[in-house]
Amino acid sequence: MTRPRAPGPPLSATGDPSGSQRGAAGPIRISLHAPGFPTTTEPDPPFPPTSILNAPQDPVANLTLVQAINLALVQEMERDDRVIILGEDVGPNGGVFRVTEGLHKRFGGHRVVDTPLAESGIIGTSIGLAMAGLRPVPEIQFDGFLGPAYDQLCSHAARMRTRTRSAFTVPLTVRVPVGGGIHAPELHSDSPEAIYAHQPGLKVVMPASPYDAKGLLISAIRDPDPVLFFEPKRIYRAFREEVPEDEYTIPIGKARVVAEGEEMTMVSWGASVVQCMQAIEKSGRSIELIDLRTIWPLDTETILESVRKTGRVVIVHEAPKSGGWGAEIATRITEHCFLHLEAPPQRVAGFDTIMPYYKLEMEYMPDAARIAKAIDETAAY
Amino acid sequence: MQGQRPRDEGQRAKWTITDLRTSLLPSRFMSSTASAHSDSRSGGGAAPEAAGNPAAASANGAAADPSGRPAARATERTEAAPAASLAAELPDDVLLGWLRDMLLIREFEVRTMQAYQEKKIGGFCHVYIGQEAVAVGCTAAIERRDPMVTAYRDHGHALARGMDPRHCMAEMFGRIGGCAKGKGGSMHMFDKANNLFGGHGIVGAQTPLGAGLAFATKYEDEVIEGRRSDRVTLCFLGDGALNQGAFHEAKNLAGLLDLPVIFVVENNGYSMGTSISRGTTMGHDISVKAAGYGIEAAVIDGMDVMTVYDAMKPLVDRCRATSRPAFVDMRTYRYKGHSMSDPRKYRTRAEEEQYEASDPIGRLAAWLESSRGFSKQRYDELAREVRQQVRDCVKWAEASPEPPIEELYTDVYVERFGPYLGTSPPQMLRDGADEA
Ligand SMILES: Cc1ncc(C[n+]2csc(CCOP(=O)(O)OP(=O)(O)O)c2C)c(N)n1
Ligand SMILES: [Mg+2]
Repeated sequence: MTRPRAPGPPLSATGDPSGSQRGAAGPIRISLHAPGFPTTTEPDPPFPPTSILNAPQDPVANLTLVQAINLALVQEMERDDRVIILGEDVGPNGGVFRVTEGLHKRFGGHRVVDTPLAESGIIGTSIGLAMAGLRPVPEIQFDGFLGPAYDQLCSHAARMRTRTRSAFTVPLTVRVPVGGGIHAPELHSDSPEAIYAHQPGLKVVMPASPYDAKGLLISAIRDPDPVLFFEPKRIYRAFREEVPEDEYTIPIGKARVVAEGEEMTMVSWGASVVQCMQAIEKSGRSIELIDLRTIWPLDTETILESVRKTGRVVIVHEAPKSGGWGAEIATRITEHCFLHLEAPPQRVAGFDTIMPYYKLEMEYMPDAARIAKAIDETAAY
Repeated sequence: MQGQRPRDEGQRAKWTITDLRTSLLPSRFMSSTASAHSDSRSGGGAAPEAAGNPAAASANGAAADPSGRPAARATERTEAAPAASLAAELPDDVLLGWLRDMLLIREFEVRTMQAYQEKKIGGFCHVYIGQEAVAVGCTAAIERRDPMVTAYRDHGHALARGMDPRHCMAEMFGRIGGCAKGKGGSMHMFDKANNLFGGHGIVGAQTPLGAGLAFATKYEDEVIEGRRSDRVTLCFLGDGALNQGAFHEAKNLAGLLDLPVIFVVENNGYSMGTSISRGTTMGHDISVKAAGYGIEAAVIDGMDVMTVYDAMKPLVDRCRATSRPAFVDMRTYRYKGHSMSDPRKYRTRAEEEQYEASDPIGRLAAWLESSRGFSKQRYDELAREVRQQVRDCVKWAEASPEPPIEELYTDVYVERFGPYLGTSPPQMLRDGADEA
């Protein structure tokens, strides 16, 4: 199967010191065929056994994003018994998206804790756990349910290191399925990355592929500071990718150059990366695609380096355009690459409205057509 | 009347409502549940007072129900002098109205599930099947001017409150004819004319809203109108919502400010896959969660609409008269999964059957038959009428147009396209363009 990115050892274990994957595995081919978005009529592919650890003869497995995350959780829990999971129905039920499936059976109820329905309590308790030396990995069921936990995240998790002058830290990883495209109702389709990236003290990570999901999640769990790990639910099961069984980390704060190109730069993250790949292939142009991987801290250098080369940039994200993360990126580009620019940075984003119910959802989401239009305009400018 | 009582299994089976599409109703509900209801009648109607006493409740409710809760049965009532059933005094048309409402909700939900499976309904969908007596009985105990607010399992409340079922169905279909223009979906049933304040998706978030609604009616009555406060707010929540911090804040405020709000906990024993005993302290007797805030509590058998009314009516009247909050542990059961994709591995079929055997529709039909000469023929007519009505609803919803793309931009601020004009004209959307 063709993959959006060459998988494998170059990023394993130590990670690429440059952080970006430029040159790591040669020019990277973009596949348009593998990563199709699931339509609502498509049933989920069957979920294989909880862990590919059971098949040691197979060092690499073709996994969905859900499975890659599940594998990362299994391995981190095996490695460090201070890693514990908590959340609503994460235990025997395996969570709403079945991301924690099998973990309760494997590690027991004291490490995979079903909590009452109380997000503020889940995150607040996790902060206490983390301050006392554990590595909690709570799950919040949907983006919109971060609301009740906002206070704990922004008033406490984010500030504890500063407040205590590093005497106490909060090594916490909050896993949250985010984004639209699954025909969910309001509060189940939001993309809140800019809200949390705006809060100093939090790190915000969003993988766009199974391979990245595993490496980034392991990094997040080992990170000494609080990390919001946003999982684009639209691509939970949309495609598979080879994921090494070996542990590996992908550094937080480093973007990935998905494909090199000369004519313009495209910056995206999460499920939109797949949309960008499709639009790029259709355009037939030489476009450099950067997947941020980490929203904050932002890998400005990788972006600037690319824009200095291409002079043109299109930024794509699902969240509302105004005040979205694209605004920060465009600003940095104009601050640092003003004289390199041959066209104004363009943003393709969600609209400044509440994410609509499903009949209008696809109008809201940046799709290949809207991205193509931005590409053409930017190229012609 | 006795002569019309079905005599054999075959005949009795015809009393089921739903063409067995749901197989939700026991085929023999008539005889078994009739006695269940008369038990509760003879057990006395002083439900709220009696059940408000946790000691009495736990002492009597020895037999735990399958989800770990002590059963809410007539035995929970004190041995105080049995009061006459209020519901039993009501005229035929009122009681038949309740039966019709419950049938309507049941049939509506069956069709909803069907439409969801056919992908005509998007989003997530939480049906009310099994809990019909709660919405119908509670709504009957209040007046139209009394505000009502609930969570996301809200179709039953909307219908019981009198929302046009076509608007309710169209909302789920995402059509412009929906009560929220098809922009909200299943969790967002609003009906201003009927004082239904939603339909809210964040579990527990509606409970401070409930306190606020009660504050508002009291303020308006007492401060603006200068008369005694005489409206009551019904605020529904699930047992899972008991654990949200917001609910505790709401109770505290209601207790503190003497707000006339009744928190009706639709205690169906489960919060998604987590049973109340696994997720909630004192899950076997949640009325203690009112005591700490000085709020009166009642335990009510929510599987029987007459019992619900008998207990709720005096409670509502008292709240209205005293302008004080109350808390109800309404014992009920959702027959179906949490949402449409729930395999219900966390409970047994036997447990489900135990509740299905005391189906609220069957219980009322049985009582009407034995006490009011309600005939099978009349029942069939009613069922047929409801079935046709819901079928029409689906047709109506399907015929309602999808919201035009401009609707993306409306209803965000007071100006129709207000703050967006000049930056993102909706017309641009149609061209597939982004901001000019
Ligand atoms: C803040 C928040 N957290 C989680 C959810 C997801 N969720 C929806 S319903 C539900 C269970 C609620 O159970 P309960 O309150 O008992 O209501 P029931 O479903 O039984 O009617 C959960 C966890 C949500 N909607 N909002
Ligand atoms: Mg419940």
